[in-house]
Amino acid sequence: MKKSNVKLMQGNEACVEGAIAAGMRFYAGYPITPSTEIAEVSAQKLPRIGGKFIQMEDEIAGIAAAIGASLAGLKSMTATSGPGFSLKQENIGYAALAEIPIVIVDVQRGGPSTGLPTAPSQGDIMQAKWGTHGDHPVIALSPSSVKETFDLTIRCFNLAEKYRTPVFLMLDEVVGHMREKIEIPDASEIEVIDRLKPAPGDKNYLPYKVEEGQIVPPMAAYGDGFRFHVTGLMHDESGFPSNSSEVAHHLMTRLMKKVEDHLDDIITYEENNIEDAEIVLLSYGGTARSAKSAMKKAREKGLKVGLFRPITIWPFPEKRVKEIAKNVKAIIVAEMNYGQLVLEVERVVKGATEVYHVGKINGEVITPDEILSKVEEVK
Amino acid sequence: MERQIEIRLTGSGGQGLILGGIILAEAALLDGKNAIQSQSYGPEARGGASKAEVIISNDEIDYPKVETADLLLALTQVACDKYAVTVKKDGILLVDSTVNIPEGIKAGKIVQVPILQTATEVVGKSMVANIVAIGAIQQLLNIVTKESLETAVLNRVPKGTEDLNRKALAEGYKLVEKY
Repeated sequence: MKKSNVKLMQGNEACVEGAIAAGMRFYAGYPITPSTEIAEVSAQKLPRIGGKFIQMEDEIAGIAAAIGASLAGLKSMTATSGPGFSLKQENIGYAALAEIPIVIVDVQRGGPSTGLPTAPSQGDIMQAKWGTHGDHPVIALSPSSVKETFDLTIRCFNLAEKYRTPVFLMLDEVVGHMREKIEIPDASEIEVIDRLKPAPGDKNYLPYKVEEGQIVPPMAAYGDGFRFHVTGLMHDESGFPSNSSEVAHHLMTRLMKKVEDHLDDIITYEENNIEDAEIVLLSYGGTARSAKSAMKKAREKGLKVGLFRPITIWPFPEKRVKEIAKNVKAIIVAEMNYGQLVLEVERVVKGATEVYHVGKINGEVITPDEILSKVEEVK
Repeated sequence: MERQIEIRLTGSGGQGLILGGIILAEAALLDGKNAIQSQSYGPEARGGASKAEVIISNDEIDYPKVETADLLLALTQVACDKYAVTVKKDGILLVDSTVNIPEGIKAGKIVQVPILQTATEVVGKSMVANIVAIGAIQQLLNIVTKESLETAVLNRVPKGTEDLNRKALAEGYKLVEKY
């Protein structure tokens, strides 16, 4: 803390700092443990920089207002935990189909239902992928530290703006609530991506027409002087509903492809000691810290253990995990649930190596020793 | 890898243990070290046995929770009964004089001093018991410098209470000088 920008900060607080650095100027939500500090700090900070904070009547209204604000041109966010994430699912689908950039933070707690309000979990990982109905592109990131929460919140906004899609920050109570050292970078060092906009006064503007060389259609804001229609029904380039199978196929394919064709841009991960590893631990979020500690303990015992930490959960780093699987005896997936991302690992690995799971569903974090004992069991 | 120091502060809700933990962590940052602070939430954070945890290290800190503590502070009987067993065998158990130490507790050193009474009667305000306690912890562990601890305390306490808190720290140092 010799420099004034080094601070002790909670993960939830760092999320808001990152959001504001990325340009968030609107927050709407319904405070819920363990995400409440995100609403609290947004309420303190946004009005001072010309932004808006609204506490809505419920979770559904929270995301609906964020979608509306994004359509009016502001970078918008809402935060919640499991019970609220369930309630927001319908509007998540709407934002995906209507291509409205928003950031949704889920600070995961023990579920289902109201479950364990103050205890950590990673039980919403599959819900992030499949929670809303119908096929849709999904981008979800999961930070392991306070500093990474800051960085990934910025990245969530950048990806949302670039790909015009809702993006999830999948926090967990461990990272959301712990206080840790963070050095906030200078604004000049932060990359901020803003949405593509139509040329002012463009008479031929079609709200859902992708121009040559672009990934997404330019997005006018309500109030910019353009008249356009936004709907959750299948729509053509004009934005008006259509029942045509051709239009539906074209739109759905375009939506899926905008993520599928840019995996290298979207996917990030961290690797430790993979080169000579016989056993690879695959873990994310707060649990990845236990896995890292377990890896170090295993190495001290002479066991060749590595760590693969997906930072992007969805789309899953399929290509890399496939490569790793070819060279190792086993992959152990550690996550605070009954077995979710492990299913994706099994699907991707297709039997090329053994896949094991270390899970926990009692609201307690997985300890390094619990992971280490699995390593010793399967070595 | 240099060993990291894990501290668990326990007592009852309202004794300022979380603030105490935050101050210790911020003092460590001032010293250029790494620190993580966490706490229990929920019903047990209000009354009953409440705890705050701090890990301080020169290196990266992976697992953010305290398993067994290098120093365990217990300000109430309930907290001591619940958490005293989590002190390392060579660790320090720091308890208030009002607390009876449960039988069979193994610790490297047991320090029993009147933290609560010192706050009330010597410093003059019961609410500075947390500051007296972190002063004692500094004296016992020397994991943060006195200079940084004082700066961290003064950064966090209300204006006008600086002298009171300086005195609380000094009394904390003094309480455990002999140990």
